[in-house]
Amino acid sequence: MPSRGAPTHETLDVDALLADEGVGIIVCCGSGGVGKTTTAAALGIRAAEGGRKVVVLTIDPARRLAQSLGLTELDNTPRPVAGVDTSAGGSLDAMMLDMKRTFDEVVEAHATPDKAAQILENPFYQAVSSSFAGTQEYMAMEKLGQLRTQAERDGTWDLIVVDTPPSRSALDFLDAPKRLGSFLDGRFVRLLMAPAKAGGRAYLKVFSVGVDLAQRTLSRVLGGQMLQDVQTFVAALDTMFGGFRERADVTYALLKEDTTAFVVIASPDRDALREAAFFVDRLGQERMPLAGVVVNRLQSLGAAALSASRAEDALDQLTQDGAQDSLTAALLSLHVDLASAAARQHAFVSRFAASHPHVPLTTVAASATDVHDLDGLREIGAALSG
Amino acid sequence: MPSSAHPDLPAARLHVVTGKGGVGKTTVASALALALASTGKRVLVAEVEGRQGLSQTFDVPPLGTEEVRLVSHPSGGELWGLSVDAKAALLEYLQLFYKLGRAGSALEKVGAIDFATTIAPGVRDVLLIGKVYEAAGRPKGGRGSKEGGLHYDAVVLDAPPTGRAVRFLNVNAGVADVARMGPIKSQADSITRMLRDPRTLVHMVTLLEEMPVQESLDGLRDLADVGLHIGAIIVNQVREPRLSPENLHALEGSDESLDELLRAELTEAGLRPTNPMVQGLVQEGRDHALRLELQSEMALDIAEAGPPVIELPALPDGVEDGGVAVLTDELLAQGVA
Repeated sequence: MPSRGAPTHETLDVDALLADEGVGIIVCCGSGGVGKTTTAAALGIRAAEGGRKVVVLTIDPARRLAQSLGLTELDNTPRPVAGVDTSAGGSLDAMMLDMKRTFDEVVEAHATPDKAAQILENPFYQAVSSSFAGTQEYMAMEKLGQLRTQAERDGTWDLIVVDTPPSRSALDFLDAPKRLGSFLDGRFVRLLMAPAKAGGRAYLKVFSVGVDLAQRTLSRVLGGQMLQDVQTFVAALDTMFGGFRERADVTYALLKEDTTAFVVIASPDRDALREAAFFVDRLGQERMPLAGVVVNRLQSLGAAALSASRAEDALDQLTQDGAQDSLTAALLSLHVDLASAAARQHAFVSRFAASHPHVPLTTVAASATDVHDLDGLREIGAALSG
Repeated sequence: MPSSAHPDLPAARLHVVTGKGGVGKTTVASALALALASTGKRVLVAEVEGRQGLSQTFDVPPLGTEEVRLVSHPSGGELWGLSVDAKAALLEYLQLFYKLGRAGSALEKVGAIDFATTIAPGVRDVLLIGKVYEAAGRPKGGRGSKEGGLHYDAVVLDAPPTGRAVRFLNVNAGVADVARMGPIKSQADSITRMLRDPRTLVHMVTLLEEMPVQESLDGLRDLADVGLHIGAIIVNQVREPRLSPENLHALEGSDESLDELLRAELTEAGLRPTNPMVQGLVQEGRDHALRLELQSEMALDIAEAGPPVIELPALPDGVEDGGVAVLTDELLAQGVA
C-alpha cells in the first residue's frame, strides 16, 4: 500500500508463506467479525491449488461459507472439498470442530472403558464439555494436535490451517487451555477430592486450616448435589489429569515451533486493530512465530489518483453549472465518500504499522458482494497475495 | 417518525443489545443508553466481557467494578457505566446473601472462586447477568430502603455476540444440568423471570450484509425459542444511496457511451479526465450499485422477520468524533426513548 506519508513496513508475502514447506501449521486469529474463517478458507484453497496437501480446521463457520467448502454437517472428520484444482499435486480437506465429541474422544483415549463411561455420564462433565466457555479453545488445540499427529503418521497433509474460536478476546485462544490445566492441577481439585479419599479430612487439616470452612461454604453455596457431582467428576478424572495437562502442554509447545506461523487478522477499524496489536504483542512475549497481519475489507478506490478534495471542487463546479443531477456529479459525490472512508481506514492501518514496524502486513480490498463459493474464496486468496 | 412507532421500547426496563461480532453492538448500546438518559432517566449501561468497549466509546478511563457516572444530561438524566466482573460479582453476592467475610477469602484461597468464575459451566454467566439483575432491581435508596421505586429507570446491557448470547441469556438451561436445586438454581430462576418479563427487550444489531443478516435471523429465532422478548432489529451502518434510479440506469449503458459522457462532464467540472479516472469512477459506481442491490435484498429479509426495524446511518467520519451523538439523535427521532 504505497501512499503518501505511510510508514514503511514489510509486506506479508502470503504466497511465500504458503509455499514454505517448513511451515506445517498456520493459525488464523483475531477478534470477532474480521473474517477469520473466510481468510483461513481462502489460504487453504490457495495453498492446495499451489500444490500443498492442506486440511482446514474451522470452528464455527457461517452457514454459506461452510456450504462453499462442502461442510454440511458437524462430524469432526476432515472431508475432501469438491471443486479444488489438484493439478499441482495438492489437495484440500476441511472440517468443522465438534467440541463435545473431541472432548469425549480425549476421555476415551485416556481412561479405562469403565472409567470413561463413568465420566461421560457425569452431569457435570456433560455441562463442562458442551458449555464451559474455554472448552472450545481447549478442544480446538486438542484437535490441532490430533491432526498434526495424523499428518505426521500418515503423510495425509503437509499443511494445517486453523481458524480460532470466536472468543471474547483473541487472547482467550492462548489462555483457555492453561486455565483448564491449572484447574485440574490446583488445590481446589484436591480439596474436592478429599472426601473421596480415606482419612481425607485429617490430611486436609494439615495442609490448610481454611479448607474445612471452604468446604462447608461450598456446600451451602453450590448446594449439596452439585458439589457431589463435581466431586465424582473430579475423582473419575483423577487418573487422567496427567494426560490432560501433558496434551495441553504439548500443543502449546507446538505453537512455539518454527513450523507454526500465526496470521493475525483485523478489519481496518480502531477496535479490531487494537485487538490485533494486543495479539501481536502477546505472541512476541510468548515467543510464538508471527508471520504477519492481514487487514481485511479495506475500502478500495477505482479512481485512486483522484483525491477527495479535487473531486469535491469538481462537484462544486458541476453544482454551480446546474449539473448536480448528472451521472458525473453522482459519481464524484460517491467518490468523495469512498475516498474519505479509505483515508480514515488508511490512518488506522498506518498507526498500527507505525507502532509495529517489523510486523509484515498485507491488506485485502473489500469486495462489493459477499463470498459464498470457491471462486469467491479464490479471489480473496489472490487478493491476499497482493 | 412519531414516538409511538415503538410503543414497547420506551417502557422497557432492561435493554439487551446483541449482534454478530463487528457490527457495532457496543456503539449502538451506548447510543441507546444515551438516548434513554436524555429523556431525564437514570440509566446504567453495562458490559460483561471485560473488553472495555464502553470506556473507549465514552473516552473515559477503563471502567471497574464500581458504577461510575459517564454523562449528566441537562434534562436531569444520568448515564452510569459498569464493566461487570464475574469474580467481584461472586464475592459481592456471597457477602450480600451469605454474609461471608472470612469464608469468602477462604474460598478464594483454595481456588474455588476461580473455579466458579471460569470453569464451572454456566455459573459465570449466572454471576455476570446476576449483577445486571441486581442493578436493574435495586430499590431507590439502596437495599432495604422504604423509599419505593427503583434506583435505575433503565439498564442497557452490551451483551455477548449472537453466537454466545442465547446461551448467556438462557441462564436456566446453562445451570440446570449441574444445579437442579439449591441456591444457584434459585438465583438462576429469579434471573430468568426478569429476562422473560415483557419489560426486558433483546435488540439485535446487524449490518445489511449476508453473514450478519443470516446470523441475526437465526439468533432471533433462537432467542424467541428460549422465551425472550425481541425489541427491535437495529440495522447499523446503512449506506445512503448516492446514485439515483436514473444514475443507476445510466451506469448500465455501454462502456463507450459512459466514457464519452463522463469525459465531457469531468472536463466541464474542471478536471482533466484520464482513462483510469473515468474507468475508476464507473467501477466505483457499479460496485456501489451492486452493494445497494444486495442491501435492499437484505433489508427485505430483515423487514419480513417481524420485529420493528430501526435504521442507523453509516457515519462518514466513523464513530470517533461525535459519531455516537449522531446515532443517539437518530434513535430518539425513531422513537426509542
